Amino acid sequence: MTATENPTNYKWIGTRPIRHDGFDKVVGKARFAADLNLPGQLHGSIVRSPHAHAKVVSIDTSAAEAMPGVKAVVTGDDFPALDPTHPNFDTAVNCMARGEVFYNGHAIAAVTATTREEAKAAAAAIEVEYELLPAILSIADSMAEGAPLANSNNYTRFVPPGDPSNLATVTNLDRGDVDQAMADADVVVEMGFDCAHVHQGYIEPHACVVDSGDGKANVWCSSQGHFRVRSMTADVLGVENSKVKVTPAEIGGGFGGKTTIYLEPIAAKLSEKSGRPVKLVMSREEVLRASGPAPSAELRIKVGATNDGELTAIDGWMAYGVGAFGDMAGLIGAMSVASYKFPNLRMETYTALTNTPKSAAYRAPSAPHAAWAIESVVDEIASELGMDPIDLRLKNAAVEGDLTAMGMPHPKVGLVECLEAMKASGHYQSEPVEGASRGMAVGFWFNIGEESSATVNLNEDGTANVITGSPDIGGSRASMALMAAETLGIDVYSITPIVADTESVGFTDVTEGSRATFATGKAVVEACEDLIGQLKARAATIMGVEVDEVAWVDGAAVSPGHGGGESGEPLTLAQITAQAKRTGGPLTATASLNAAGAGPSFAVHCADLKVDEETGETEIVRYTAVQDAGTAIHPSYVEGQMQGGSVQGIGWALNEEYIYDANGAMENASFLDYRIPVASDLPLIETIIVEVPNPAHPYGVRGVGETGIVPPMATIGNAIKAATGVRMTSLPMSPPKVLKKLNER
Amino acid sequence: MSADSTSLLDALRDELGLIGTKEGCGTGDCGSCSVLFDGKLNCSCLILAPEAEGREIVTVEGIADGDQLHPLQQTFLEGAALQCGVCTPGFLVAAKALLDENPDPTETEIRYGLAGNLCRCTGYDKIVRAVQEAAVQLKTTSEQGA
Ligand code: FES
Ligand code: FES
Repeated sequence: MTATENPTNYKWIGTRPIRHDGFDKVVGKARFAADLNLPGQLHGSIVRSPHAHAKVVSIDTSAAEAMPGVKAVVTGDDFPALDPTHPNFDTAVNCMARGEVFYNGHAIAAVTATTREEAKAAAAAIEVEYELLPAILSIADSMAEGAPLANSNNYTRFVPPGDPSNLATVTNLDRGDVDQAMADADVVVEMGFDCAHVHQGYIEPHACVVDSGDGKANVWCSSQGHFRVRSMTADVLGVENSKVKVTPAEIGGGFGGKTTIYLEPIAAKLSEKSGRPVKLVMSREEVLRASGPAPSAELRIKVGATNDGELTAIDGWMAYGVGAFGDMAGLIGAMSVASYKFPNLRMETYTALTNTPKSAAYRAPSAPHAAWAIESVVDEIASELGMDPIDLRLKNAAVEGDLTAMGMPHPKVGLVECLEAMKASGHYQSEPVEGASRGMAVGFWFNIGEESSATVNLNEDGTANVITGSPDIGGSRASMALMAAETLGIDVYSITPIVADTESVGFTDVTEGSRATFATGKAVVEACEDLIGQLKARAATIMGVEVDEVAWVDGAAVSPGHGGGESGEPLTLAQITAQAKRTGGPLTATASLNAAGAGPSFAVHCADLKVDEETGETEIVRYTAVQDAGTAIHPSYVEGQMQGGSVQGIGWALNEEYIYDANGAMENASFLDYRIPVASDLPLIETIIVEVPNPAHPYGVRGVGETGIVPPMATIGNAIKAATGVRMTSLPMSPPKVLKKLNER
Repeated sequence: MSADSTSLLDALRDELGLIGTKEGCGTGDCGSCSVLFDGKLNCSCLILAPEAEGREIVTVEGIADGDQLHPLQQTFLEGAALQCGVCTPGFLVAAKALLDENPDPTETEIRYGLAGNLCRCTGYDKIVRAVQEAAVQLKTTSEQGA
């Protein structure tokens, strides 16, 4: 499905050019993190804790150091002790344990040697003596009265300093009179839910090469933001940011999971000690055991409504299990509650620590859990009232000015437009195929702005290099080129989009929060606008007119009163750059900004599915995703984000989960046992892009990366309810769990 | 030279510098390391380098005809069938194996033919469509050639 016709009639925006970095990626030339090799490079291997929580009594590295090929060994003692209040204290401890391990998989030592095999053998020869400590493995245990501490360095944030706690955040929101509204409601539905940990599942494992020669750590790695890799690595090493340079490799998927670091400081230390470049690559097992999954969650949601379908009150309790280090998952979960007006609202949320891997962002972090619970309860209300689920939502949908749970008024948003687009879709308008049943749900993500920089250099031949610091995760180079082409008025293939290292472009925040096309794109447009000013001035010189008599139209300077250039024709950008030397030198511009006004993005999904009542297996036969993109710069990659998010959500809904044994060891740390969806599990994912432009972006961009993962769990849960009459309340809705519920009917 | 325990994947990447073939798991579960081994689709992470002695190995680097991209490479580009692109080499090799065997596959046959390859970015939709489109193009070319 193509984007809706854009009223402004852009020339380039909304078209689908082949991405500039595409050729290298289909012929095998693109260099991802593990594809880089330096002369004299050594290989590293990491020793990881086999226990969920333990004191480290001793580490004996002597045998390992004597082994063939071994060049250096590091432990926590090699890194400076950061102050516990330092913002990267937890990251430092997560990279390398110091005296205590907090989860099974926690790095405790590392070794580097001439070959991978030698490094692995030496790692196995490092002897660690542990003294076991009580391990917290569930949210309930974490929050129990008098529970032992999962991590004694954790304190509850945003409250007056107190004792260490298993809770990292406690949020209480209250507006209106919830108790009265529930008492007055015609229908009240209350249900409890839980979700297991799931992993982002990027196909490229974490990897880096670091060369620490000459007092500086030169890092090559894949990440969602190399400026953050720089500052985190510098902090963990205890050096200035300027002592770390990070060059971004192509990134093989991140989804939030590559917004932090695991390997870089270890490789830097090994390189410093050995005097040679060091390469570290995680195995898939290490990725699953030691890099951030999404939080687990326990939720209880109660919603009250009137007989005519007005949702009058919500009362929610949501706890997120984030692993062994605190973050703000619970607070962000509260921020994600924003789809309906809810005049009366009470929301208690918690971030609870457990002795499991430190969770990391995963696409619209915390929102999928909350939406799964709330959209399931809202679906129950629709069926109790006998209302069409879209009509019920249309009646309550948030519009500009309505308050989110946090009490923030929505800017211009497109939920109503998305619901209407789904209602009018071919999918919703037709009956499910024989034997299939239907469910739908809504998702929200607020998106963020933050800091970005862009430099645009015009070349003598009239082409342009667009240089940014936003790693290209899924087509953002093409989006930058499209916005530059549109602004300058030149061909999109005259633009070379470049992702530059930390020393070649201005500071740029991480590609997260669906911000790259919005914020970095805005910087690109501003730099191009600056260039147009310069081009007009140069044209004025060439034409012998005043600057204010020159206009920029379709990639050329025109001076209507004066008949244009020397020959009376408009002066094209290429004609002006060709004469740059004699009109003042090279044409170049830089823009940097801290972008405000990120536009929230809503999505509405619909699934038709069949449940095999013998096996409990769910087969999705039709799936449609609708989402408000603001403006779709490159519609194919907008659709790609919607489809990718949908399918990650389908995996989360039906299959994916971390399975731990009683001691906190992950039992399914491989792609064989942690099963993500494959092509044969799925139908085509139909997409409908809605465009309600974001007034805060020059071309109306909202950011589309994240919302797509929010609706699938409830969409599928609601369809399973329609198919079988049973309401699933535990994720994943895997065949054994569905079968159990069916048998309890 | 390869030690006896070196995988074909490591030999390709480290010794021959053919970095197009990727490692996503090393255990035969993701298909990023797909190669054609005497024309048959295989995971190079599960093959020992010495086993490849005297065999024909096709990697993603060998799919194009000089500068002329294979129709699959072209339709992947045109159809935006790659986002991060790390799974792409494996998918191209697997899709080539599929179309070599079955030039006119149904959508279901494509989905099962590619079920050994994991992609976490695309949801497979645009990959399946790109393979369908390449099949059409290959058929047209071979009919014109006949
Ligand atoms: S690397 Fe060979 S199948 Fe995953
Ligand atoms: S495009 Fe990223 S894994 Fe397939």
